Amino acid sequence: MSRLRELLDAGEFVVTGEVAPPRGTDLTAMHAAVDLLAAHCHALNVTDNQGASLHLSSLAASKAILDRGVEPIFQQTCRDRNRLALQSDLLAAWSFGLTNVLAVTGDDPRAGDHPDARGVFDLDSTQLVEVIHGMNGGRDMIDRELKGGTGFYIGAAMFPEAEPWDVQLARTEQKVEAGVRFFQTQAIFDIAKLERTMDALRPLGVKVIAGVLVLRSPKVIDFINRNLAGLMVPDAISARIRAAEDPAEEAIRLAIEQVREMRAIADGVHIMPLGLDAAVGRILDESK
Amino acid sequence: MIVTKPREWERIRAGLVEAGAARVFVMGCGQCAAAARTGGEKEVLEAAARLEAEGFEVTGWTVGEVTCHLNGTKLERRRHRAAIDAADAILVLACGAGVQTTADAVEKPVFPGLESLFLGTVIRNGIFEERCQTCGDCVLDKTAGICPVTTCPKGLLNGPCGGMWDGMCEILADRECTHVRIRTRLVAQGRAGKGRLAPKDHSMALKPGAVNIRTDGHRR
Repeated sequence: MSRLRELLDAGEFVVTGEVAPPRGTDLTAMHAAVDLLAAHCHALNVTDNQGASLHLSSLAASKAILDRGVEPIFQQTCRDRNRLALQSDLLAAWSFGLTNVLAVTGDDPRAGDHPDARGVFDLDSTQLVEVIHGMNGGRDMIDRELKGGTGFYIGAAMFPEAEPWDVQLARTEQKVEAGVRFFQTQAIFDIAKLERTMDALRPLGVKVIAGVLVLRSPKVIDFINRNLAGLMVPDAISARIRAAEDPAEEAIRLAIEQVREMRAIADGVHIMPLGLDAAVGRILDESK
Repeated sequence: MIVTKPREWERIRAGLVEAGAARVFVMGCGQCAAAARTGGEKEVLEAAARLEAEGFEVTGWTVGEVTCHLNGTKLERRRHRAAIDAADAILVLACGAGVQTTADAVEKPVFPGLESLFLGTVIRNGIFEERCQTCGDCVLDKTAGICPVTTCPKGLLNGPCGGMWDGMCEILADRECTHVRIRTRLVAQGRAGKGRLAPKDHSMALKPGAVNIRTDGHRR
């Protein structure tokens, strides 16, 4: 049973974090990040070849984190596997004891470190959600009964700040109909856009974990604006970090303000510390 | 239509030289290649002139009405029998189907004069957009006549993905997001529902593979 689900269902404000598996087999650095974040987070997302760049698989890393006593959110993208591989990895994940899954499209290979790779996208994220939902009902994608089904808590991504909003909202509703029970959002800078998201999604009975990005330095802001899909740092926030004597400290203060506002609106926060992992505890404590 | 571009001249020339072809017949196509301005009469004459300038003898030329039509191209072959018989090779300014049809109709070595690119739309002269993957499992009825398989870089049936920003595509940053366009058009037509498209049936895919369409409707 997913503890994340239990907490959200009980109305607890949850905190999730994120770790990236290594590009290699040495798990030391990942475990160090896990230990640091797990002290403050209820569950940790484990990325799946993030940025379309090679990493140890999310499945193996999620299992390693679970073995360390921390609840993972197993991320699965549609980029690298066809429907057979996706289903078979989902069965493997459940058999390993993984209970949360986040189904996302995945960055295009042209944005990653193997730009010559073929993007699979046999399914899109909505279709993948539907497949997982079916497996939770004990059936595979071709409606054949499984010898033992799954019971995943199904999550997906959503993008409160991406316009046009009507398209974004229709897309989100579509995901809910397919079986999504919780959303983790892209980083939010404009709290009004989180409010409109909550207003739209509350009636659908799904949980929303709002994304917070710790904008450690002007360099990080430039990187995000240039390279990260579906995300732009607004000028006012960018100016605030750039003007600060100590940008990292200013970024932490900004994150504290954001989390404080989110506590009043959302069901949880998803913190992306971008290297400032050690500040996560302070952000959470001081935002109370 | 089938959009083509001229093949690199040096590759054409080297191919002819390698085959020992001194005398060449030039065949164009009155359909797509003419519209793309790669294989109409003007381009055929330019190719003929260039061949002669480089020391080849041009035995004749024609622009087939529909070069990918086997019987039509056989007719061209009969009309130009003497000139084709006198040639060592045929240079075909048509798409890959036109080149292969010519090869079937004419018992001579054929050489492609164009590169076949895609199935697309002529936006205006010289500007073409790819529109169809010939996937064999059309969804245009559900997507307001905009193909997500072709025009979304990820080929997603349901979108947009997380890369969309201000209605624009993340991968092809100068283009509107296909899924925003689909949604907008469906809304304008009053038929935007909450439905989603089912996963594609790839067993219907015609590529890779070779397919003959017969009038009885069966794939062979």
